[in-house]
Amino acid sequence: MTVPHIVGSSVPRKEGWDKVTGAARYVDDMVLPGMLYGATVRSTIARGKIRNISFDPSIPWSEFVVVSSKDIPGKNHIALILDDQPCLASEAVNHPEEPILLLAHPDRHKLRKAVDAVAIDYDPLPSIHSIEESEEQSTIIWGSDNTLKSYLVEKGDVDAVWKDAAHIVEGEYFTGAQEQLYIENNGVIAAYDPEHGVTVWGSLQCPYYVHKALMALCGLPENKVRVVQMETGGAFGGKEEYPSMIAGHAALLAIKSGQPVKFVYDRMEDMVATTKRHPSRTRHRTAVDKDGKILGGEIDFTIDGGAYATLSSVVLSRGTIHAGGPYHWPSVRIRTKAVATNTPPHGAFRGFGAPQSLFAMERHMDRIAQVVGISPVEGRRRNFLKPGQTTTTQQVIREEIDLHHLLDRALELSSYTAKKTRFAEENKTGTRKKGIGIAAFLHGAGFTGSGERYLNSLVGVEAGVDGTVRVLVSSAEFGQGTNTVLCQIAAEALGLPYGNVVIAQPDTNVVPNSGPTVASRTAMIVGKLVQSAAQGIKQTLAKTGFLGDNYTPEQFRAACAQYIAAHETLKSYARYEAPGNVYWDDEKYRGEAYAAFAWAVYVAEVTVDLTTYAVSVDDFVALQEVGKVINPVLAEGQITGGVAQAIGFALYEKVLWQNGRMINNQMTNYIMPASLDLPPIRVFFEELGNVHGAHGAKGIGELPMDGPAPAILSAVEDATGVPFRSIPLLPEDLFEALRDEPIEQDFSPSTRGRA
Amino acid sequence: MRADPSDYKLVSPGTLKGVLSLLSSEPSQWLPIAGGTDVMVLYSAGKLPNRNLINIWNVPELRQIEVLPDSIRIGAACTYTALREHELVSKEFSLLATAASWTGGIANQNRGTLGGNIANASPAADSLPALLVYDAELTLVSVRGERQVPYQNFHTGYKKTVMTSDELIRDISLPRRFSGYFSHARKVGARNAQAISKVCLAALGQCAHGIIRDVRLALGSVAPVPLRLNETERVLTGQKIEASLIDAARKCVVKEIRPIDDIRSTARYRAAVAGNLVAEFLDKLAAAGGRA
Amino acid sequence: MNTSADQNTKCEVSFTVNGEKKSVLAHPMERLLDVLRHELELTGTKEGCGEGECGSCSVLLDGMLVNSCLVPVAQVSGTTIITIEGMSSHFLMKPLQEAFLECGGAQCGICTPGMILAAVHLLEKTPNPALADIREGLSGNLCRCTGYMQIFEAVSKAAPRRAAK
Repeated sequence: MTVPHIVGSSVPRKEGWDKVTGAARYVDDMVLPGMLYGATVRSTIARGKIRNISFDPSIPWSEFVVVSSKDIPGKNHIALILDDQPCLASEAVNHPEEPILLLAHPDRHKLRKAVDAVAIDYDPLPSIHSIEESEEQSTIIWGSDNTLKSYLVEKGDVDAVWKDAAHIVEGEYFTGAQEQLYIENNGVIAAYDPEHGVTVWGSLQCPYYVHKALMALCGLPENKVRVVQMETGGAFGGKEEYPSMIAGHAALLAIKSGQPVKFVYDRMEDMVATTKRHPSRTRHRTAVDKDGKILGGEIDFTIDGGAYATLSSVVLSRGTIHAGGPYHWPSVRIRTKAVATNTPPHGAFRGFGAPQSLFAMERHMDRIAQVVGISPVEGRRRNFLKPGQTTTTQQVIREEIDLHHLLDRALELSSYTAKKTRFAEENKTGTRKKGIGIAAFLHGAGFTGSGERYLNSLVGVEAGVDGTVRVLVSSAEFGQGTNTVLCQIAAEALGLPYGNVVIAQPDTNVVPNSGPTVASRTAMIVGKLVQSAAQGIKQTLAKTGFLGDNYTPEQFRAACAQYIAAHETLKSYARYEAPGNVYWDDEKYRGEAYAAFAWAVYVAEVTVDLTTYAVSVDDFVALQEVGKVINPVLAEGQITGGVAQAIGFALYEKVLWQNGRMINNQMTNYIMPASLDLPPIRVFFEELGNVHGAHGAKGIGELPMDGPAPAILSAVEDATGVPFRSIPLLPEDLFEALRDEPIEQDFSPSTRGRA
Repeated sequence: MRADPSDYKLVSPGTLKGVLSLLSSEPSQWLPIAGGTDVMVLYSAGKLPNRNLINIWNVPELRQIEVLPDSIRIGAACTYTALREHELVSKEFSLLATAASWTGGIANQNRGTLGGNIANASPAADSLPALLVYDAELTLVSVRGERQVPYQNFHTGYKKTVMTSDELIRDISLPRRFSGYFSHARKVGARNAQAISKVCLAALGQCAHGIIRDVRLALGSVAPVPLRLNETERVLTGQKIEASLIDAARKCVVKEIRPIDDIRSTARYRAAVAGNLVAEFLDKLAAAGGRA
Repeated sequence: MNTSADQNTKCEVSFTVNGEKKSVLAHPMERLLDVLRHELELTGTKEGCGEGECGSCSVLLDGMLVNSCLVPVAQVSGTTIITIEGMSSHFLMKPLQEAFLECGGAQCGICTPGMILAAVHLLEKTPNPALADIREGLSGNLCRCTGYMQIFEAVSKAAPRRAAK
């Protein structure tokens, strides 16, 4: 029996060598003979009818390929869930930068002038640009009431809790849009010929999403569409659904011209036209007893979905299910909705609704504690979920998670108690105020409820005559470690060296559909299938007598060669099977929402500089229980990267809107934290295992996005006394609050909040 | 990348004479480009109106730093890295060396030039307040000859300067009389590096027994031009540094500046922070006893 | 507006890239980044922003780290350029590559060529950098994946290994 030594160790990144030598091939590094370059003509208004399109004669239009909605062979929509988003606007536009026409030319430098030379006349219609405007319903822009989706979760008897409440605590919390800001912009190359159909190479997370969308758009059967994922320079959800749009555009131009077409956005276009994190508003009304224990409450969670439904229903779903945090709610009513506004549709971004509703829950826990008169730490303790209790969707917590222990450990690692006392003393003088704050949270991995059953993932493992094992999945690598982790699992399952296992480039002609690379499902769910499929190879060889129970890599190689000589190929497939005790009611939104939750407590230490009103994060402790750590270096990298993005979400990254259009769409004015801005991020893991995940793994990719923002705002509150409840929190916001807020502490004049 | 390179000319005369001759023969037709850290950003965004550019990166007269007994002469095309690495600049003009270290990241400091930032005339440029407090003097040259312009008279409005269309900045001269001053600089940006400033202070002071003998204050990003705080300096000179003076100075700063709301920040924030930065400087000046 | 009549002509620009003399015919305002990637097919240098903010396009120009998206090709006449492809024989390269792989300094990899060049530039000037020096040396290179911690670790680890020249 092999002792696990590949899974659990920090083997080097499978494609790492190419990345550190500059050999890794991203889509813009690829050139095809006769290739044209594409560009998009986009709406300049937020909403209206297209009256007329004219082409300025100064451009030699005969040199260009021009595509409009009329050229779409199949259906003019990007197939996703509701199919309401057009690929190209035909009669009306519903958001700024909505694509209307496509142009292609052999010289990429000629495109910008051509785009500018297309004049479009509109009859503008009233547009709406906030959740409140959308709710008002005086202007209807989608469906009958601007509501893209809604959910209702009920547990217990909420209406009965108010009368017994010692306190009724209310709060309203806001999160803004956030740009994924992958360093590689969206890009694809499409080619078409009648025999093979459409082939697309792209920077993407979900080859089969694009495949499905192209079939519908181009009116082509399954075997006439091929999608290949190139090395992808960051994604974070921003390349989950959007690539179907850009691939569709490239494909249409390729079909019309008969030549390959490359579409690579520049930074300005990528930021202004593609998806962002859904802005949110959460309202809490909570009944608590005199000890601060939650008796029940109402949670109202609303997200801004932008102009089309796209993925909003699923983002809303996750936000809904996470809205109660890691706490016990005897009764709760959670009312949630996604509303439409005239802005480019918001989409997937790491966390996918959970960072928004968990931000609110955690800020609200601080508020509850303050009203009751206990510490934020004590407030959590009195409400933590315990094994055997149920979540807001009435999922029983079956694992032996001990949140008190997690909290204790996080407090110890961050020297919380000593620092809190010291800061309170030191803050009495000086212009720099320090604070420390916590956040406790959970994150469900995999698709919600029956989602994984619906995905019905299929995974393959193949062995070659030289004994090399190849993993066949559609799961994409975009930095998070898919290639490495899945090869580790296969190597472990077969008892082979890590170096003997490779993974196929995700190509829909070659790999089965193992589902999209989202929802932190890859290690946990796809990994488990890889394990099964790899074991299937062993079983096949054993059954035929070519291989015994214990073997050397050389013996394995010989067995493969023998088998392949007799049977031509050696492949094994494994299909997802839903665990028996996972029940989810889609109607009542109740039951086992996720096969597994990861749990975490984060602690942020900040300094608030009253001279500049800037917040800097000085130290950060990220402690999480994740089932099993498959690759410690990669796992740590996921946490530090997620924490950094969440620090950006909290303190730096603000999207400035003007009539639904992002106006700070350059890296110089959309600010992400960089090397001089981030604290030491100290990462710690606990491993309780997970029966549903490969080697006990749970998902971790999105978890780190949920905790930092509320922990930071809690720390800022500790430092300043102001309970900020909206992010991003910029120095300008702090300044406005401090100048009006009565200063409770006795600051000497030179340290008082200024001006 | 939104510009079509075939629409642009870039010529390289290679000598100052050649550059000036071209500038005068076709007035307003030619835009000088040194390190390109401003020009190329506009170009890439498709927002550069000029189609003809003259390369001044390779003009040797513009890259020298000359140390004279009473002054230092910095060639206009000296990079920020060159400024940071120059011993005398670090020693006697630390505000300039510090501002250089704030301008972009290392790669942009290797290409960005002092003259380029001056000519670009953005009030947010980090090194301009330092030049104001150091009493910089610019030498402008053209085929017609050369003239000296005190830097405080150089900017006439937002992105407007006294330079004529045939002129080029040849060098920036700083008098060597500030070694005895206490110096302090602080930049406030959206993040700690690679950020355009929201407010930027360069300050020099001399005080003895708590009385301010001389004080020089300049701010960036609070007006259409980099601003020397003449009024505030008047209020402070000859006075004892104490809470009431600092308060008076703060009020005067807020009155003197003309900040705006823009994509980066708000007028109210800038005003408050500008006051805070000056107050912070005065605290430090008092604490240092006014010694350099 | 028919541009062919007043079309500006291309010019020949000669320089050394990765030890080899090259001559390209290009418009003088072609960005060095584009000449490297298209004319010379050196695609290791990446475009992340086109505004000199992200550092993915970093190359060494006469030994200086520069953002190649901001350099007109006409200005590199007679210079020596090194891109990530030309770094393989540099004495700092192996320690950095190994350290990046050990520490997880590369995730999606798009910032990595620029990051490694910035690290080389830093270590050439400051052979034993403190953490503050590393942070400053990499302040012009944006990474969205790692949160920087493992990159700092990699550079710290690589620094003393340079001795194995």
